[in-house]
Amino acid sequence: MRNLIFFIYKYYVFFMFFSLEVAAFVLIYRFNNYQKANFVNYTTGVTSSFYTVVSNTHDYFNLRTVNDSLQIENARLRSELLTSYYKNNFTPTQVNDTVYKQQYEYIPAQVVSNSVTKRNNYITLNRGRLHGIEPEMGVISENGIVGIVMNVSSHYCTVLSLLNNNCKISAKLQKNGAFGSLVWDGDDPKFAALRDVNKHVPLMTNDLIITSNFSTIFPEGIPIGKIYAHSLDAGDNFHTIKVELFTDFSSVSTVYVIRNLLKQEQQNLEATIKQ
Amino acid sequence: MILEVLSYLLRFIAIMLLQILVINNIELSSYINPYVYIAFIITLPVTMKPWQIVFLSFLTGATMDAFSSTPGLHIAATNFMGYIRIHYLRVTTTKEDLEGRMVPSISQKGIVWFTVYAFMMIFLHHLVLFFLEIYGFHEFFSTLMRVLVSTLVTLLLIITGQLLFFRSKKSNG
Repeated sequence: MRNLIFFIYKYYVFFMFFSLEVAAFVLIYRFNNYQKANFVNYTTGVTSSFYTVVSNTHDYFNLRTVNDSLQIENARLRSELLTSYYKNNFTPTQVNDTVYKQQYEYIPAQVVSNSVTKRNNYITLNRGRLHGIEPEMGVISENGIVGIVMNVSSHYCTVLSLLNNNCKISAKLQKNGAFGSLVWDGDDPKFAALRDVNKHVPLMTNDLIITSNFSTIFPEGIPIGKIYAHSLDAGDNFHTIKVELFTDFSSVSTVYVIRNLLKQEQQNLEATIKQ
Repeated sequence: MILEVLSYLLRFIAIMLLQILVINNIELSSYINPYVYIAFIITLPVTMKPWQIVFLSFLTGATMDAFSSTPGLHIAATNFMGYIRIHYLRVTTTKEDLEGRMVPSISQKGIVWFTVYAFMMIFLHHLVLFFLEIYGFHEFFSTLMRVLVSTLVTLLLIITGQLLFFRSKKSNG
């Protein structure tokens, strides 16, 4: 009898362990198969306010560097003022023009937590649903692209960093428009790999890589990086390209979230093809 | 009893803050990702009931998941480690250990026993964590390398912490 009770007791712990483990695997499975899994939504609110305190302290010590980079960006934007027809204001203004219809809006945001050395890195920003952020919006810094918005709570959003196994970005070469997809191979946060570029495409070191016009997430032509090294293995149909990223992920602090005003229209139209 | 619970709660908070605020910000290489927060589970006393260990493992993993915006990764790894711990300690501890309310630590079981025990636990935890993180067996060897290097760094940090923490306690008491 004693043994029996002991056995039941033993199995009880096993079942407890097993059910918790299964629950964890279901979460991971759902997350990896549907990027919109809601797990993070429950926790973002609590943990982000904690990270905000940490980040505020951290930001204070970095004020000088941030000011410098903002000043450089301001100078660049000022020089583009004549040709620019959108504003980077926090409450984005819409310009009514019959020749140029505004397609992209930029929402400024601050990074409150970030990592670069994990295999899957995430970034949390201090802007959320109340500021018009939605999942699958692009995020850029003043130098280049940063990632894609993943989950949104009312005041915060989490971003799938470019430095993530699940992040794949449609890119192209600026000089001849050859397409490829940009992924991170997990070794160095300064470099990424450009895959699927056909072997017939001529390449040079320092060729500029920009975003392509295939995605509804990023506007065409946002700089990503430049070719650091490239090679072509015998019998291989695609180049092996190492790209030096423009964004310094270890120090990124001010970013812009891109809202595509025509995204819904384009997706609705494309959905009718599939039916 | 209340005092004991309170002291474990304080230790839990301290070790989590250490992990989130300090260790997570060490950006030496993508191969060095130590997770010292599991020291909390590793050093729980052997007299603790198995269900308590499993529950605390789950709680620790869930806290870590919340702070690193990963869904279930740390829960799966820490929960697995906690469950293996129950069996490992059942085999390696004696009756005297149980009666003496043994805490797995260097000061009570010696550095060799603790190193082997901690290495096993950390390695299993990191193995599950890193392979679930990449979600597949592509990049198998680079992930395995990551597991090994991070395990050694975590082990070093935990042993250092043990030596600092328990030595000062001994000389005071």
